[in-house]
Amino acid sequence: MKRRKLDMASVPGKAAVGVDERFQVSTPLRKLLNKVFPDHWSFLLGEIALFSFVVLLLTGVFLTFFYEPAMTEVVYNGSYAPLRGTPMSAAYASSLDISFDVRGGLIMRQMHHWSALLFMAAIVVHMLRVFFTGAFRKPRETNWIIGSLLFWVGFLAGFTGYSLPDDGLSGTGLRIASAIMLSIPVIGSWVTSSVFGGEFPGDIIISRFFIAHVLLVPGLLVALISAHLGLVFKQKHTQWPGPGRTNDNVVGERMFPRYALKQGGFFMVVFGVIALMGGLFQINPIWYFGPYEAWVVSAASQPDWYVMFLDGSTRLMPAWEINIPIGDGYVIPPLFWPTVVLPGILVGLSTLYPFVEARRLKDTRSHNLLQRPRDVPERTAIGAMAVSFYVVLTLSGSNDVIADKFQISLNAMTWAGRIGLLVLPPLAYYVTYRICLGLQQHDREVLAHGVETGIIRRLPDGRFEEVHQPLTAAGHDGHGELDYVGWVVPKKMNRLGALGPAVRGFFYPIEKPAEAPVSPGHPPVEPRPEREEIGSGESRR
Amino acid sequence: MSTQTEHQAPQGPEPLDVHDPRLSRFDIVREGARRDDIEIVHYEEQVVPGSRAERRLTRTVASFFLLTGLAATAFLAVYIWWPWEYAPGSGGDKYYTPLLGLTLGLALLGVGFGILTWGKKLLPKEVSIQDRHVEDPDAPESRKITGETMLYLADELGVKRRPLLGISLLAGLVPVGAVAAAPLVGGLISNPHKNNQMFTTGFAPAAGKKIRLVREDGRPIRPADISAGGQLTVFPGIEHGVSNRHADSPTLLIHLRESDAQKSREANQRIGHANFMWGNYAAYSKICTHAGCPASLYEQQTNRLLCPCHQSQFLITDNARPVFGPASRRLPQLPIEVDEEGFFVARSDYTETVGPDFWERP
Repeated sequence: MKRRKLDMASVPGKAAVGVDERFQVSTPLRKLLNKVFPDHWSFLLGEIALFSFVVLLLTGVFLTFFYEPAMTEVVYNGSYAPLRGTPMSAAYASSLDISFDVRGGLIMRQMHHWSALLFMAAIVVHMLRVFFTGAFRKPRETNWIIGSLLFWVGFLAGFTGYSLPDDGLSGTGLRIASAIMLSIPVIGSWVTSSVFGGEFPGDIIISRFFIAHVLLVPGLLVALISAHLGLVFKQKHTQWPGPGRTNDNVVGERMFPRYALKQGGFFMVVFGVIALMGGLFQINPIWYFGPYEAWVVSAASQPDWYVMFLDGSTRLMPAWEINIPIGDGYVIPPLFWPTVVLPGILVGLSTLYPFVEARRLKDTRSHNLLQRPRDVPERTAIGAMAVSFYVVLTLSGSNDVIADKFQISLNAMTWAGRIGLLVLPPLAYYVTYRICLGLQQHDREVLAHGVETGIIRRLPDGRFEEVHQPLTAAGHDGHGELDYVGWVVPKKMNRLGALGPAVRGFFYPIEKPAEAPVSPGHPPVEPRPEREEIGSGESRR
Repeated sequence: MSTQTEHQAPQGPEPLDVHDPRLSRFDIVREGARRDDIEIVHYEEQVVPGSRAERRLTRTVASFFLLTGLAATAFLAVYIWWPWEYAPGSGGDKYYTPLLGLTLGLALLGVGFGILTWGKKLLPKEVSIQDRHVEDPDAPESRKITGETMLYLADELGVKRRPLLGISLLAGLVPVGAVAAAPLVGGLISNPHKNNQMFTTGFAPAAGKKIRLVREDGRPIRPADISAGGQLTVFPGIEHGVSNRHADSPTLLIHLRESDAQKSREANQRIGHANFMWGNYAAYSKICTHAGCPASLYEQQTNRLLCPCHQSQFLITDNARPVFGPASRRLPQLPIEVDEEGFFVARSDYTETVGPDFWERP
């Protein structure tokens, strides 16, 4: 019998047909491969958060192999000599073992910590980008809310993880957390006692935090991140205004291959930077802090950066205690306001903002084009107000260190924070508003009169004036008429290609003709051709 | 296939016949994009095939990947052969983690920049335009259909005609929901006032016997052990007294100078705490009444005790009254005396609640 010859080249194609016959995937796959993404550097901030989260999962799984979530008292007998013979919790001892007795354990711990800090930082910066460009507007309010929740769930993930080593510093943080829960009116003592399984610190909190940190909170994060990305995919990304870009289209690149390659490359870069940080920069050296003991703390006990704004608000809060003289008397401690009420207000304000703004502007349309911050002075000023509020709180979270390093009175720092918290946000609002108006005005001026050339001309009557290069042919009144389209206005002659090309190249200058001004990152866009021109079955190019 | 395309691009004429042998692969790609409402309006090679620029870029990408190979090999070599076990001093083991980070970071950055260069410089640049379909003309109709379908579902279930079904279902489901929550709440809940734990510390006299003040190592303290102006953290001299099991018991025992002690005694008398001090010695809870951190920075000159967590300051000579910062309540004072053997003891437990404030604190 003759053996049929196997044609290797046709195997993948046949296999693909076989798969499609069974699962009908070719059309959805084509749609995925073809999906168009707009590109701008500011769109990659959220991706840093996503990629850090992947690194967190990878390094976190490694750490669970060696970490022991127990508060059983053991006597340390590991490699780190200064602590040998010290009684401590099994959690702290195993964290020391990860740092000293597990090969490569320290870099994993440090990468885990750095990527957590980066995760939170990227979330905040991404949120600022979304806010200042108006990307949260209809139809994307849901994703804005999911994003704000991601910050707080990330906060929870960070805090539970930070507490797990059970070292002197994190134990103090846990102590403060218990005091915060305790401060809630009516139910505070019951909440604290239930969470800690009795009076602080009890002997169960570390194992409860462990399961929260490795299962419950990451599960929630994964769910929220999936929903976040799913909505971005479904609703399609926003884009900046520019040539050919409208509210009804997406101008960019198809996802495969170039866009996906860039994403993949960027992930490896983020991963690489985290690896460098984890190896080269020390973070949270728990062996210096010793085990947690209720009576030990040192000056300069700062939490991780994303908790510092709450630490700051706690420090700035005046000692206003509310006494309710009923029966034996009841108390609302001052701690309640900056640590429970303030975060509650912040969550409420941030989640409601898209609806408040839409209501105020009576705006019910869908927006897929971004706005330049200067074009919406009110929102930008509100954002600046929020940022200054946050920065004052965060700085106040380390006001003892600032006082120490700059030789300022500690009390003066506290008072500066209290006053600054009230005075700076309105000031930031006003200044930002004026700056936005000024920038707007300058854009219009350039559109009307042209770009400053830097050439000073003397007029016959002795006056001097600067020559302006109009952006368009002069109209009937001698000025060009150009409408502002919500995108960058060229303000330098180089942008117009009027000057010689800049010298490029490292060893050899690469001569290159000046390019015409284009929207960043993209060649000029031709209008979309009408389909009617195209005859069926014809090859065309 | 044809029906599907008609549905997707109703405005267009006949779609391309993708089996036409004259079509190039790009033509088919472009046709596929069109069927997804995407128009590739600009498509341009960034490098001329076979040009010097292309060869240079190819070499750049290749060297990035080779760098990755080198760095990854170096990582493995360091990981396996570098002395990693911790030893005191400044041995080679201190470079283990930095070397791992450096090699791993370089390896990953190599892949990253290699891929980025490949994608950004070597692949053709394109501009594609995809329709968003913000206003889908079919939307109102399809909303109507879906809405009616769902209403019809309700009709089919007939809850309106048979209200008993709905009520009984609700009556059944609510307790089931409570059943789901009950074990969690019931298991976790813990009475904060068991054994009066929030209002007692390790200094509460046990079986009529007064509790000694001891040091961290458990030794009792004689007055002569602390010089004037000095202070010492003390603990209840009971089993596990020096541990986190009695996290609310750490106390600061201060030997005040004569003039400060006089002020302190007068202040004590004003609030009915006469004889809480013993001689020039006073003992205050170390647990801050604000957030529970140990208020442990004692400034001898001003007799202020500072909590490093939130900068609350307590004036020791005025019953440890809060004079600055967010704390609103004075540090409780432990009444002390010296027993017949000459060691400090607590005359009773604290008379005020120790630690951070809460709702039902009297």
